[in-house]
Amino acid sequence: MIQFQNVCKSYGKTPVLKNVSFTIPDGQFVILIGPSGCGKTTTMKMINRLLEPDSGSILIDGKDIRASDKVSLRRHIGYVIQQIGLFPNMTVAQNICVVPKLLKFDRTRCEDIVRELLQMVDMESYADKYPSELSGGQQQRIGVLRALAASPPVVLMDEPFSALDPMTRESLQDEVKNLQQKLNKTIVFVSHDMDEALKLADIIIFMAGGEVVQMASPEEMLEHPANSLVRDFLGKHTTGDAAPSTVESFMRTNVLSVKRNRGVLECAERMARGSVDTLLVTDEQKRYLGTVSIGDIRHWGQSLQSIEPLIRQTARTVRVGDDARESFDYLLDSGAPYVVVLNEDETIAGIVTKTSVARSVAQSLWGDAT
Amino acid sequence: MRELIALYGARLATDLLVHTAFVLASVAAGFALGLTFGVLLSRVPRWSGVILPVISVFQTIPGLVFIGLLFLWLGMVPATVITALSIYAMFPVLKNTYTGILGVERQYVEAARGCGMSHLQTLVKVELPLAMPTIIAGLRMSAIYTVSWAVLAAMIGQGGLGELIYQGTNSNNNTLILLGAIPAALLAVVIGALIDLLQKKVTPRGLRKGAGR
Repeated sequence: MIQFQNVCKSYGKTPVLKNVSFTIPDGQFVILIGPSGCGKTTTMKMINRLLEPDSGSILIDGKDIRASDKVSLRRHIGYVIQQIGLFPNMTVAQNICVVPKLLKFDRTRCEDIVRELLQMVDMESYADKYPSELSGGQQQRIGVLRALAASPPVVLMDEPFSALDPMTRESLQDEVKNLQQKLNKTIVFVSHDMDEALKLADIIIFMAGGEVVQMASPEEMLEHPANSLVRDFLGKHTTGDAAPSTVESFMRTNVLSVKRNRGVLECAERMARGSVDTLLVTDEQKRYLGTVSIGDIRHWGQSLQSIEPLIRQTARTVRVGDDARESFDYLLDSGAPYVVVLNEDETIAGIVTKTSVARSVAQSLWGDAT
Repeated sequence: MRELIALYGARLATDLLVHTAFVLASVAAGFALGLTFGVLLSRVPRWSGVILPVISVFQTIPGLVFIGLLFLWLGMVPATVITALSIYAMFPVLKNTYTGILGVERQYVEAARGCGMSHLQTLVKVELPLAMPTIIAGLRMSAIYTVSWAVLAAMIGQGGLGELIYQGTNSNNNTLILLGAIPAALLAVVIGALIDLLQKKVTPRGLRKGAGR
């Protein structure tokens, strides 16, 4: 349980937190959200004393956090930052073991922790790799594992997925939500993205101008937004027209694609730059051919000139104008990350992902509530 | 050539040995001092606005003058040379340690603090390893400078390759000058190469790829 009691903080003369009080029960996924400058990050950083309040107190399990030493407090609270911050001079395994080592766990215990955690995200083979050898999504997976390594009951996350591309972000969101439920952690998560908050949170704390405007479950917030600011933030989720039913209404159009004659290295580089695991491949006339994944490039790419031999047709494709329902069923049943939407002339129109499904469900449930 | 070796061979060997000893002792001391002060200065970056300019001014004092001053104080002993050279050798290391540590991206320091590292642990486990390539670059600079500054040891009769050079200039003997200058140049090249090797060793493996690009 984390309690904020009348916490105030100002930078110079500018107040950033005005008398903030709330209580977070154990095992909850809590998202702090609000416009920039609302004090959400400041609030989070006070929990592990990266920032100190000017007045008021913060209690974890009834104990004032000022009573314990800063350094040991932080070793018992996981922390994931936006820029990932994996130490580039350490391997994946060493990064994961930073906190266990600080806590003087013995070697075999550290090794067990690494193996167990990597197994949970299917990255066992990466233990001895360096962060620079991973994609952005993989790096942040390890960033999350580093925070979990010493099994802290509380994990803080500061916009951890905002630097990732939409596809990777969604799969990481799913993973983190699963981990949180499996391990029963209290997660305090700062976000500026309402989609993310509605998807992940048990409790959303909406802040503005250094005050808590509303603290509620996603359902309640959608049904009874406390004021117009919250309603604006929820925006599209509360107001909606009749639910559209064709795939193009749900698809995302900013997708990364490459031509089939492109070099293996170039593609790997583009994936790294875009922090994605797969690229869509087209022919010279921009017609869709299939996908190429970083795994295949790593595995087979060394000796190849172009990516053409690595193209796979495993991703499901649909046409613009098709009924969205079919794609949704497929996504939910198969666990595939996306469905590719094609135009009449075989060119790529976009992709449909699980968030699109969530959005559609939210819209049909609450679309006419306000 | 054989004549030359017979005539100066033994002397050249001693002078080279003395010269190398001066360089190694001074660079070792200078590195230790530079690293220490660089780390200390990085803890209070706002002082650097005063300290770094002062150091830059000090660095422009010719070595000749400084050795001369120290000679008045300490006398005609090897310690005079080593003290003077150590202080000069310290500057590049100090500056590079300071800029190297300050150049470590904030995200790593924040991650280290968030993980519960103390200030010392953050320094030793994160900041110093990441700054190491820059620090060693400073060491390289200081070692190579010191090889040439050590020639000044001969000025107060402390030997080294400077002996040959001074004697050569005084007696207008070009052979002697070259006999001092060429080994000194070679020594600088060899030490530079050794430090490059060290550089490769201390650069964390995870950083090497990025540096190579």
